[in-house]
Amino acid sequence: MSSMTGPSSQKPSAHFIKTDFVRKKERRELMAQAIFFVMAVLMIVPLVLIVSYLVYKALPILSLEFLFKVPTRGMRDGGIWPALLGTVYLVLISLVVATPIGVLAAVYLNEYARESWFTRIVNLAVVNLAGVPSIVHALFGLGAFVVFAGMGRSILAASLTLAIMTLPVIIASTKESLASVPRSFREACWNVGATRWQTIRHVVLPNSISGILTGVILQVSRSAGETAPIMFTGAVFYKAIQQGDVFAYGLLDQCMALSMHLFTLSTQVPDVPEALPYGTAVVLLVTVLSVNALSIIFRVYLRSHRKW
Amino acid sequence: MNQPVEFSIQTKGLNLWYGNFQALRDVSLNVRHGLITSLIGPSGCGKTTLLRCFNRINERYGSVKTEGEIKVLEKNIYDSDISLIELRKAVGMVFQRPNPMPISIYENVVFGLRLHHERSELHKADLDVAVESALTEVGLWKNTKDRLKENALTLQLEQQQKLCIARLIPLKPEVILMDEPCSALDVDGTRAIEELMFRLKGRYTILIVTHNMAQARRVSDECVFMLLGELIEHLPTEELFSNPQNPKTADYIEGRFG
Repeated sequence: MSSMTGPSSQKPSAHFIKTDFVRKKERRELMAQAIFFVMAVLMIVPLVLIVSYLVYKALPILSLEFLFKVPTRGMRDGGIWPALLGTVYLVLISLVVATPIGVLAAVYLNEYARESWFTRIVNLAVVNLAGVPSIVHALFGLGAFVVFAGMGRSILAASLTLAIMTLPVIIASTKESLASVPRSFREACWNVGATRWQTIRHVVLPNSISGILTGVILQVSRSAGETAPIMFTGAVFYKAIQQGDVFAYGLLDQCMALSMHLFTLSTQVPDVPEALPYGTAVVLLVTVLSVNALSIIFRVYLRSHRKW
Repeated sequence: MNQPVEFSIQTKGLNLWYGNFQALRDVSLNVRHGLITSLIGPSGCGKTTLLRCFNRINERYGSVKTEGEIKVLEKNIYDSDISLIELRKAVGMVFQRPNPMPISIYENVVFGLRLHHERSELHKADLDVAVESALTEVGLWKNTKDRLKENALTLQLEQQQKLCIARLIPLKPEVILMDEPCSALDVDGTRAIEELMFRLKGRYTILIVTHNMAQARRVSDECVFMLLGELIEHLPTEELFSNPQNPKTADYIEGRFG
């Protein structure tokens, strides 16, 4: 080997020259990276297209007035106040029902339950409930709440149907948040003689509440967007209420809803000005996106205050 | 031999299963009151499992089946009238990884008191006294008295571990179980915790699980060697290290397996 004869006989860099095989690997690496990047970019395209197209089409009608006016001229003019208010009612009531049940059930499953046939059945039920199509939930709501429980088609029946639909997701996300609390916190508690409830109350919940609430808030956007479950159970084509009236609906009233309104305008009413359904869609979309954004901001804020 | 509490913990024929796996086999052990007893043995030999039996915390980790007898202060802890809460107050545990809760130093120390008393029974002055005496006892008062409101996780690891010990003290425990309390600490931290153990000795019975044979030798009065769920040998520490009776013990302490 001549390399031993002296430093000048062979430059050390000679060992690091690219071979053809190395070049080939580098080309593949670049290609792989490019493909993954393009796919990631593709994700943004539909969102941007949808939003800009909707906003462009809705532009002639979008105004604050549009939100607070009631529909007129057989839905061909005016605003969307009854639908907006109806959606708020439906979503809030469904959350008021689903949140405590879902969160408490998740606490039981994660903190108390041992692996047993019972917990396996409950977990199986949760998973399957989450996979049930919304139209099936609608039929269940129709049978159980509207007919059997005698609520009739009403905000109450529709909200309960939405609640059933969101429950499994709330349970799943709550369980995940609870499970993310380090076990060492629980151990610390147990070993000074805390009961399970004291452990939950003092250690588990304070450290998982941000995740739990985020999961709950995300369900707002889901139930606001659903049409099928409320169509059979409480949402109607048209309901006359006062412009800007916040307390227009009672629990057993039927109501309008944004998603339903959009469906009606686009398929059931002839000669609707084009901007009207697009305006409704924009309001629905902005509501949903801003609730999502809110939950993200909320989570980031609480995370930054967490010390572990 | 006539002392009423010669032994803090006594087990007789203790067997324990996790499902089908038998983790403890016929363990009979007497832990002397007020001394430091160390449990040594290779990983998976059941040291930690045994430790977790003494306040029945095992049962919180999943399904275990236990057979045999465990007496703490001569009371069988499997008796039906036993309160697990009172038992765990009397038998506290310190972990490998310091686990202060993400609340203030002050609240960590009074945490146990808050759990076991109605709000109306607790007066600020009493709590203050409890915090000062517990932190003084573990040698943390001087460094923390001006920052009691700070989050406990801002302390150094060694201080966190001392805090975890201080957290047990207001409950006036009989036994402190330590599960490799120094394995996350550096040399100085280890020394500090060991010195603290010496200061606590006498008032509390201390049981320490350790992988570090030198540590067992330094800190403990009596030493228990375990292997595959069985108690192989239990002798005064010096005797166990200088003159082990069982060849398996000799092999282990000489490092022929580990």
